Amino acid sequence: MPYSATAAGRTRSFADLKTLLARASPARSGDALAGIAAENEEERAFARMALAEVSLARFLEEPLIPYERDEITRLILDTHNGAAFALIASLSVGEFREWLLDPRTDTATLTRAAPGITPEMAAAVSKLMRNQDLILAAQKCRVVTRFRNTLGLPGTLSVRLQPNHPTDDVRGIAASMLEGLLYGCGDAVIGVNPASDSLQAVVRLLEMMNAFRERCEIPTQTCVLAHVTSTLRAIERGAPVDLVFQSIGGTEATNRSFGVSLSLLEEARSAALALHRGTVGDNVMYFETGQGSALSADAHDGVDQQTCEARAYAVARHFQPLLVNTVVGFIGPEYLFDGKQILRAGLEDHFCGKLLGLPMGCDVCYTNHAEADQNDMDSLLLLLGVAGVNFIMGVPGADDVMLNYQSTSFHDALAVRQALGLRRAPEFEAWLERMGLADQHGTLIGKGAEQNLLPGAGEWLS
Amino acid sequence: MAELDRTPASDLWKQLRRFTPARIGLGRVGASLPTQPLLAFDLAHAQARDAVHAPFDAQSLARELRSSGFAEPVIVSSRARDRMEYLLRPDLGRTLDEASRSRLRDLAESAQPCDLAIVVADGLSAMAPARHAVPLLREFLALQTAQPSMRDLSKNVTVIVAKQARVALGDEIGEVLGAPVVIVLIGERPGLSSPDSLGLYLTWAPRIGRTDAERNCISNIRPEGLPYADAARRLLYLLAEAHRLRLSGVALKDLSEDASRSLP
Repeated sequence: MPYSATAAGRTRSFADLKTLLARASPARSGDALAGIAAENEEERAFARMALAEVSLARFLEEPLIPYERDEITRLILDTHNGAAFALIASLSVGEFREWLLDPRTDTATLTRAAPGITPEMAAAVSKLMRNQDLILAAQKCRVVTRFRNTLGLPGTLSVRLQPNHPTDDVRGIAASMLEGLLYGCGDAVIGVNPASDSLQAVVRLLEMMNAFRERCEIPTQTCVLAHVTSTLRAIERGAPVDLVFQSIGGTEATNRSFGVSLSLLEEARSAALALHRGTVGDNVMYFETGQGSALSADAHDGVDQQTCEARAYAVARHFQPLLVNTVVGFIGPEYLFDGKQILRAGLEDHFCGKLLGLPMGCDVCYTNHAEADQNDMDSLLLLLGVAGVNFIMGVPGADDVMLNYQSTSFHDALAVRQALGLRRAPEFEAWLERMGLADQHGTLIGKGAEQNLLPGAGEWLS
Repeated sequence: MAELDRTPASDLWKQLRRFTPARIGLGRVGASLPTQPLLAFDLAHAQARDAVHAPFDAQSLARELRSSGFAEPVIVSSRARDRMEYLLRPDLGRTLDEASRSRLRDLAESAQPCDLAIVVADGLSAMAPARHAVPLLREFLALQTAQPSMRDLSKNVTVIVAKQARVALGDEIGEVLGAPVVIVLIGERPGLSSPDSLGLYLTWAPRIGRTDAERNCISNIRPEGLPYADAARRLLYLLAEAHRLRLSGVALKDLSEDASRSLP
């Protein structure tokens, strides 16, 4: 069905909903590379005007990727909650933006509405929103998840401790873990990206991190970010798996390129649940996403990269994850060209994920061939802190020496806490105090505190 | 003042830094980095940025290759006209421009059949091939000369120096030359601690449209990473196996990793 907008005596038409969404999307290099971006700023403005008039109900009638050939489309439509949708069913996309920003739409209302919101509705409304809108609306969403601690409570910000090492050296990983913990990082998860995907290496790291956590009695979860099939095999071998990690995308074909499907993810989740390792909750999945993955896999089907990203959140939502992390600037400048595009994408992803009811975190990051630097990351980190992001990464000195990109550092986490008064997960903060690493306000003790952790951690550092 | 919060790089952290190249033990002033590690980070980032944008001196690299015993290299360009277009349009970096394509076609018609195409490319770091391609290829040549069977497999080697190139440009080059196998030496995405990492990709029966799953990769080739001699040994192994199995990629990968561990 064609869509159109008229202004100043001129009319522009758009062939279908997915074209309209692509043309309305704020400028980014990936959509230009895919050949689906607006041809100029005026076309983009017209597209936004036309999109504002589209009824939310329309998104249930016109799937962007046909129901018959995409299991994510089927998931979105088959699990759509009509009762929740009733709250917003009468609205157009433009009215939906106003509804989100209306003070009467509070946290409880947003939580009730979430199962009625599809990824396409979230993506569509985000395209009409300024960065400021994305922050104000996301701030009102709250998503709390639990495994060995409680993540996402108001006034908190958690950190994934990311102790990567170029050759998976156990001592090197333990050294980075030790320092991260001393900086009060690691409440979201202690999660390592393995350099080798071999089962042996994965199991070795799982065992080491689990033993470290147990020795130091840390109320957190550990994870080796291996492919889901490796994690399944590790579980079969009896390895201590807290969380199942997987990168996911927003089309069936993207997930096929990642070697996953909904049924495989379901199988992995069941296997992790059967271990009963969570102490305060059973959110056992950890997903990573990022705009551009569908195009990179040549699997976008003409859908713009931000909408594809939002569709990945439908996959995540189905499995009640502990953590969802948009790795926003990792993919490179052909998808997100510069600091401005990365910043916008980070805010969009966080907003869309939260609106859909996900525990959104963000890997605030960039590569050296993108037009971005630490100052851009400082801006995005602070804005996400204001928006209420559930968690960020903690990488020693912001330099990931295995994946070769820059993320946020242990220092950055302290800085955003200091600027915004954000605390850690309560169980983790109590542990920091008990171990003499922080005082009752969560302020780090600093000098000499390492002596309190060394009795537990020393085993891996000799 | 600041000293209250400053955690100096104690003996412990000096010791732990032996285990990892990660930036641990930097100390802090309040929430922030002390000035020295702040400036060290800036320098590393500047070097990585410069590596992405550094001009690629194809002529002098071609001269060096010739004086190292290779036949006169052919210089080609992708369809990406400048660095900006290269970064934004990976598709153009995977395609030869018209002049380059016809030059290679002429070469293929006039010369003897090519046994092996070696493409030396700028990729995302021109510093990487400028520093490491020639030393690596010298090691490779020496190893190959010592093994008669390998010498026979690669009698007619065509060396190409490629500008604004992505890995897959090797597929088109190999296809036009009719080479049974192509090796692409290319600058990897610069990391903060590795602005000049060289990557090597081997593709059997190169032709346009090959996927990354059909290649074998040796990465991080540089003295601080994988040394030249080790990389050359692995390359020779991959090349022999590719000829034996008549394929490259996933099916060859596991074998090579097992075998390279047992190599001297």
